[in-house]
Amino acid sequence: MHEFRVRVGPASFRIGSAWEAPLVEMRRLYQGYPTPDIPDFTVRLEATSFLRRFIRPSVAINGDYMLPDAAPLPLSQGLLAAEMGMNLQMALGWRRQLILHASAVEKGGKALIMTGVSGSGKSTLSTLLGLKGWRFLGDEFALIDPVTGEAVPYPRMISLKNQAIAAMEEHAIGARFGPLMQETPKGDIRHLVPPVDAIARMNERAKPALLLFPRFGYASAIREISPSEVFMRLTQASTNYVALGEAGFHALTRFVKEVPARAIDYQNGDEATALVDQLWAECA
Amino acid sequence: MTDAMILVTVLRNPLSTSALDAKGWIALLTIARAEQLIGTLAHRLAGQDIPVSVAAILEDARTNAEYQKRTALWEADCAHRALASYSGKVVLMKGTAYVAAGLKAGEGRHIGDLDIMVAQSDLPQVEAMLLNEGGWEWVKEDAYDDAYYRDHMHELPPMIHKERDRMIDVHHTILPVTAKPRPDAAVMLAEAIALSSVRPEPVEGQQARDVLPSCPSTGSGRTDGLYIFTPPDMVIHCAAHLIADGDLTGGLRNLWDMHCLLVEFDSAEFWLELQSRAQHHQLWPTVQRAVRLSFQLYGTQIPKDWHSWNAQDKGYIARITARDEWGRGTRKFIRLIFYVRSHWLRMPPLMLAEHLWVKWRKDKR
Repeated sequence: MHEFRVRVGPASFRIGSAWEAPLVEMRRLYQGYPTPDIPDFTVRLEATSFLRRFIRPSVAINGDYMLPDAAPLPLSQGLLAAEMGMNLQMALGWRRQLILHASAVEKGGKALIMTGVSGSGKSTLSTLLGLKGWRFLGDEFALIDPVTGEAVPYPRMISLKNQAIAAMEEHAIGARFGPLMQETPKGDIRHLVPPVDAIARMNERAKPALLLFPRFGYASAIREISPSEVFMRLTQASTNYVALGEAGFHALTRFVKEVPARAIDYQNGDEATALVDQLWAECA
Repeated sequence: MTDAMILVTVLRNPLSTSALDAKGWIALLTIARAEQLIGTLAHRLAGQDIPVSVAAILEDARTNAEYQKRTALWEADCAHRALASYSGKVVLMKGTAYVAAGLKAGEGRHIGDLDIMVAQSDLPQVEAMLLNEGGWEWVKEDAYDDAYYRDHMHELPPMIHKERDRMIDVHHTILPVTAKPRPDAAVMLAEAIALSSVRPEPVEGQQARDVLPSCPSTGSGRTDGLYIFTPPDMVIHCAAHLIADGDLTGGLRNLWDMHCLLVEFDSAEFWLELQSRAQHHQLWPTVQRAVRLSFQLYGTQIPKDWHSWNAQDKGYIARITARDEWGRGTRKFIRLIFYVRSHWLRMPPLMLAEHLWVKWRKDKR
């Protein structure tokens, strides 16, 4: 087993791989991230069979937490396999904070949380804002501390999909990108290393001040959204709300009570950032 | 080479963690997760001086074990309600029974499906109630598997709840009916203890040891509650599940159950009763082996006359501890032998041949 260890925000990982290649890529991308002594989770990238280690290598995503029928990936998508394995450990195993499937950015000690289904643009939006004066906190999971209510940064590799790849290649000049992985189960994927300050300040928490439900592809609009609906949507956006029991309920009800929420529609990045600026000035 | 003995050693003697370096801790935690014993480990190491990063991982495990316990009891409650108008006994089995009765074996235990046992003659009624009133549905719609379960297994085909996504296994005995030993399920049911007589609600930090072993079987025809097996039957079921059914996957966990039950029930009368009950259920060699393994691995205190030595025990231990520091199963050949053995135990040779033939043809299609 080849091995690579990394800490992202509060969570640390040990990635074991039957092949060196995916880890070479990870070492390059995760340069500057801390190396943990005793990691929280183990991810294993293993050959689906003895032959598949050598001939048309096929990567099975295993580890502490596994999905029974997770589809294997070709070795050329080994980096994606590792990232999927890390996400899976968080989604199924993390109990220290309430996990929201959301992206987050920070300004002046206050956090903007954006949640929505896949394709809503939350990942691209957080990346864009990260280039425009905000501190990038994470594009996949927003971690809410059940005791303090703070958002804990989780600045993993940004996972750009399909059209977002070309868009960000234009914007993020000089940034570190991973290899372009085409025709993955999630479409085309290319990883982008978060901005330097996002990594350097990954231990600095922020107070959630605004929650947005972005929706890409509709004419620019802002809608009110009732606390009960926010609550319901966040229970669905959380991977560990039920497992946290009472602590999860308190964390979420407090979040809904304290953090103003809006739904926004937008058709391009400029529209979205204008809406964000407007709402941030009004609400946060 | 590292194997799961590192976990066995720590469960047996928690203070031995003082000798662990980072590499040792990583192996311990990874193997404990793979063997579904991380919650148990967290309980065993509670209050001990351990590295901060390990403490955080074990705290997660404790939170998760609490969640599993809560969910397991809630599932039992839901099944109980769906079967409210059923007049027979509904016996909770395995993990759910341990946490419901507040037994040591339930502390930090991983609990998956809900396992219950009812009288064989009542299966159609119970099945209909769970499907119609409880909201459960069949997991698989395969005619062969369905018929196989109904004809040859000790349980109905698994059902899953439509909304809660949790499985229920409804047993009528503790081993497949095609297995050689034929446990006396009727007696197990007849003598099962009402949970309400043990403890209505599990209370934190308090052990059932004072109540349970001396608790008389109700025999009062009380039908409104849930039941658990008598202590000897509970141990016998645990042993049957570990040794006589399956390929010893999860063996370390099942054997830890065994250890905890034996420690908790330990008394001169208990051991005598365990022997006579095991003989009655045709599971005497099975129980002896499980008790021996518990003694050999976890250091369980057992009576002198239970100390016997068997040449095959080493093979069992090699299989049960076959896990490396990455959490991968090792000793492929020994695993294969136990896998073949599990099928051999489950059914007579001719039937096995037919079963494999059907399964093989289905795979081809």
